[in-house]
This record gives sequence, structure tokens and C-alpha cells, in this order.
Amino acid sequence: MNLTLKIWRQKNASDKGKMVDYPVSDISPDMSFLEMLDVLNEQLIEQGEQPVAFDHDCREGICGMCSLYINGEAHGPDRGVTTCQLHMRMFKDGDTITIEPFRATAFPVIKDLVVDRSAFDRVQHAGGFISVNTSGNTIDANAIPVNKHDADDAFAAATCIGCGACVASCKNSSAMLFVGAKVSQFALLPQGQVEATDRVLNMVKQMDEEGFGNCTNTGACEVECPKGISLENIARMNREYLKAAFKG
Amino acid sequence: MSGILNSSIGRKFAMALSALFLMVFLLQHFAINILSVFSPDAFNEVSHFMGTFWAVQYLLQPVLIFGVIFHFVMGFVLEIKNNKARQISYAKNNGAANSSWMSRNMIWSGLAILAFIVLHFIDFWIPEINTKYIVGDMSGMHNGEFRYFHELVEKFHSPLRVGAYVVAFVFLALHLLHGFNSAFQSVGANNKYTKGLKTFSKIYAIGIPAGFIFIALFHHLTGH
Repeated sequence: MNLTLKIWRQKNASDKGKMVDYPVSDISPDMSFLEMLDVLNEQLIEQGEQPVAFDHDCREGICGMCSLYINGEAHGPDRGVTTCQLHMRMFKDGDTITIEPFRATAFPVIKDLVVDRSAFDRVQHAGGFISVNTSGNTIDANAIPVNKHDADDAFAAATCIGCGACVASCKNSSAMLFVGAKVSQFALLPQGQVEATDRVLNMVKQMDEEGFGNCTNTGACEVECPKGISLENIARMNREYLKAAFKG
Repeated sequence: MSGILNSSIGRKFAMALSALFLMVFLLQHFAINILSVFSPDAFNEVSHFMGTFWAVQYLLQPVLIFGVIFHFVMGFVLEIKNNKARQISYAKNNGAANSSWMSRNMIWSGLAILAFIVLHFIDFWIPEINTKYIVGDMSGMHNGEFRYFHELVEKFHSPLRVGAYVVAFVFLALHLLHGFNSAFQSVGANNKYTKGLKTFSKIYAIGIPAGFIFIALFHHLTGH
């Protein structure tokens, strides 16, 4: 496959940045998208140019590090996959592919296609955990019976890898699918009840302070989420928040 | 509970409550207006009741005006905040791949509805308030008979006004096609009833504006 890549290049956080065109040739349809970028970077290094910086780690759809806004969609045109799981067979020979970083005020660009998603870490630190006494008499989590439906929903929420595709896809740069998933995975389990009120209030407060936008229920996040996190988690977070806010 | 309106979810909840209230009002407004097609007398009676009953005039009307203003102001506030949340736009964005046109353009359909409400107030509400509270004529009569039906028909003589109303109702339908379900999601209602609610929302979102269009065209064409 021969392709033209339009890639966002930005030297550092303070650089203005611009789109730059790169032709790439002899790309196999069986390559992953990141392997295709590896090929481009080898070319650039051979030419003495700066390679394109992009985030990646596990390259098997688990770590949530890869991002990229490809042809106007987070993680590209495929569904239920991260960028590292996207294959070049999704594109046609001769295509022009636009590659941009995830855009949000809360996700500032560090370099080229790499963005700072530590805002998600701070939201997690604000309440995305349970406190367990580990002094030697820890109770096995499985000792507490959990309704099967709740267990399934909690597990589904817990599959969120925090990649930020929800924020990138949302026209409002809202993080509510991410925070909804993190609130839900604990709200559905007995272990999460003790800190439920503080958790949702603190996580939503931190989310707002980070500068994420307001959810208007477009549903774009659910469609683009590589882990299929459902909008039901946002509705559950709304219920949890309102319950907690009125409780005070 | 303090500062709930300062939180993103609190604002979303308030926006949804005002939307639900306005959707109930819209249904009630339609129920009265459709009477004008079937029975001018019934339309006159109900209009006179709504226009003179104290609870409607001094309780519900202010609540409605507050609800409308709140919904618009909050809509603008959210739009400004959301624009700030992404200051650099994408060079290429394929919004149609993951969301409906209606959901992405609520501000524009909302602005079209706001323009319509201004026209509607100039057409009906301001003259009504003038007659009742400035002139002081609470009788609802003109030349010995109720004036409401004649006023309605007279307004729909102009094809320009009817055209403007039809366009506004199309925007209202587009707004409701996203807004109806969105309001329920915002108050936390996403459950086994959501699928049925989505079907009902389509019927409501298309049916009510289509009904209003029918009423406007009916009076324009029959010109009773």
C-alpha cells in the first residue's frame, strides 16, 4: 500500500505546531497502525529528520497508552479497538490518512502526537479506589456475595483502560464516560459502599477542575470507546452524584 | 448539596429538569391548540380559562418564563464552557461516525427555537398581556364574541409567518429528537425502559411539531 500521511508535528508544548504531509510506500495491509508509523519513523531517521513522537506501550490493547485521532475518529475507523490494534487493512491503497493528537484543554500536547493525560490520574487519585485494611486480617473479597448482574456490570466498567478516547471523541471534551466507569465499578460492589459519597463528589469535583467539558449525551464516547464502556455508567454516576450531593 | 449548580453533573441535571418541564408544557400547549381545528368554541373556552385563571397567570406563567429563560441561559453557559474545553479544533473530525447531527447541533436548533419564541411572543403573548394588563380588558371578548380563535386564524393568513412557523417546528423536532432521551439520561434514567422510551421519544419529537405544523397550515389553508 502507498499512502499519504498528514501528521500533526509539534516540537514541544509551547510550539504552535502544524500538519505535515509524509508519503509512505510498501505498507503491508497486515501491519498494525503503529507498525506503519514505525516504518515512517525509520524513513525519517534515515533522512536525518526527527521521528514522529507517539505514545505506545503494550501494543495489545490493554495498557491504554496509545491514542491518536485518525481520519477524524479516536483510535481510527475500526470499532472496539485501540490504535495499536488497528490494522492497515482498514485503509485503501492511495488513501490520505490524517493523524492528530487527542485534542482537549485538559490533555495538552507534549510533543507531536503525545498528550499529557495525567488529568485522568488526578481524577483517579481523588476517589477511584477503596480503602482496605491490610494489617493481617484482610477479608477475602470473594467472601462477600455479589449479585451476578452487578458483578458483571462492575467488571464491564472496570475494563476501562483510561485511554482518553471518550474525551477525544466528545465534542465537549467531556470525561464523563471515564469517570462514570470508575465510579460505577465501585458503586456496584459492596466494598465500594463505604466511600461511595465522598468518591463520586471528589472525582466529579476533580474532573471539573481539570477543565473537561460538560456531557451533552451525544453518545460519541460509547461508540469510540475501545472497551465498549456503556453510557449506562454515566447515568449511574449521575444518580450516585445526585444522591451524594443531596445527602451532603 | 451546596454548589450543586457549580458542578458539571448539577448543571446537566438542572438542564434536564427544565427540559422535562418544557416538554410537558409543549404537550399541554399542543392539546389546547389542536382544539382550534376541531372546535373553535372549545378553543375559545380553554384559552379564556388559561388566560384569566389566577393560578395559570400568576403561578404557572412565571414558572414557565423562568423555565424558558433558565434553559436558554444554561444552554449558552454550557456551550461556552464546552468550547473552552477544546481550544484547538481537529483538522479532520468525523462526528457523523459516532453521533447524530441533532446531538451535535443542539445550540443551533436551540437558537432557531429562541428566534421563534421571540416571534411568537410578538405575535401572541405581548398583545395578550397588553390587552389584559395594560388596557385592562379581561373579558376576552371582541365585538360580542370570544376573540381568541379569530386572533389565531388572523395570524396564520400570512404565508411568510406560516413558513417561519413551519421552519421553527422542524428545528423543534430536531431539538427534541436528541433532547427528549438526553433529559432522561441526564437525570440518571438509563435502564430496561430506555429502549421503549427511545421509541416514544421519536413519536413525541416528530408528532408534536408535526401537529403544530398541521394546525398552522390548517388555519392558513382553510382561513375560517
